[in-house]
Amino acid sequence: MLAANAGDSVAYHRLLKAVTPVLRAGARRGLARAGQPPDQAEDIVQDILLAVHLKRQTWNVEAPFAPWLFAIARNKLIDALRRRGRRVFVNIDDFADVLPGEPAAETLPAGEIAGHLEALPARQREVLQSIAVNSASIKETAAKLTMSEGAVRVALHRGLASLAARLRKE
Amino acid sequence: MDTDRLIQTLAADNEPRPRPVGVMLAMALPVAVAIALALLLGTIGLRPDIRTAMRNPFFDLKFVVTLALALPAIALSLHLSRPEASLRGWAWWLALPLVVLVLGIFGEMMMPERLPMLTRLIGHNAMLCLSAIPLLSLPILAAALLALRHGAPSRPAVAGALAGLLSAGLAATLYAAHCVDDSPLFVATWYTLATALVTAIGALAGAKLLRY
Repeated sequence: MLAANAGDSVAYHRLLKAVTPVLRAGARRGLARAGQPPDQAEDIVQDILLAVHLKRQTWNVEAPFAPWLFAIARNKLIDALRRRGRRVFVNIDDFADVLPGEPAAETLPAGEIAGHLEALPARQREVLQSIAVNSASIKETAAKLTMSEGAVRVALHRGLASLAARLRKE
Repeated sequence: MDTDRLIQTLAADNEPRPRPVGVMLAMALPVAVAIALALLLGTIGLRPDIRTAMRNPFFDLKFVVTLALALPAIALSLHLSRPEASLRGWAWWLALPLVVLVLGIFGEMMMPERLPMLTRLIGHNAMLCLSAIPLLSLPILAAALLALRHGAPSRPAVAGALAGLLSAGLAATLYAAHCVDDSPLFVATWYTLATALVTAIGALAGAKLLRY
């Protein structure tokens, strides 16, 4: 994380990859404990990763990394369960005849982020699609969309931030 | 979108690096305090006898009290901008202005010539105090919340309340230069009420704005 905050993208990539299985296991456990189907875990993992990314400046260099990471993860898991709790509650209202105990069918496709991508402003969406879906680099994206690299960086960052805001509002 | 792609995208967004919350707050607060000061000077101004007042220890004590609120509140709101932080072990700093006030009240009781208690408490313009401090604190509160949005507090309402405390403390520091009531009893009553109001606004705003 130290290297990542110093601007080392490779180290940062490695770090995010390394923590993902831990986050995934935690998200599954949390969902199971709340009596929710585990297929939502991936959305929560992505939500956590996004928050870790956007809030990485709040990690204190002198503080241990794990408590910081798990505080964000727990926060996001609670958020997600609360959101789903509300949704399940609505479902129960709507389908009062359905036997309780039968888990309500989750209508949301896995990949909340992909869904929100569509709703972003055009520039941010194009940049995010180019980098996230087509795995283009910032330089390639800039050439393809005839933008400066700086503008691509800005659009990318804004796009990620507004994705996070949309996930939060949901 | 699969998670590997997302990670790749996040790693690509590693520049420009985000600024720490402390830097944001250090940039935002001086600007906001300058705006509030301009607001004070442009409307009600300083008290006319400020030069003689400065020799009165109870006039100076007001600044000690308000800064004893503002500075710990700034430090605490920075601390709480980290997701793993909690108030434990830190909250007692917030009692500091109260301790100073209590000492001030006792100090005033020792004075040989003094007005009746109720006269000192009600003072000259309590209503102005109750409205000026919240109004002056608004630009500061807005700046503090904007800066703290870069943080990740695990309890946004608490972080917002602290932003309210710090802005009320700074606004009260400015207002104290206008206020002609120097009795610690007056400060303990009306400054505290004004601060409570701003803190409540901060908590409400924080619950909405400081979630991440």
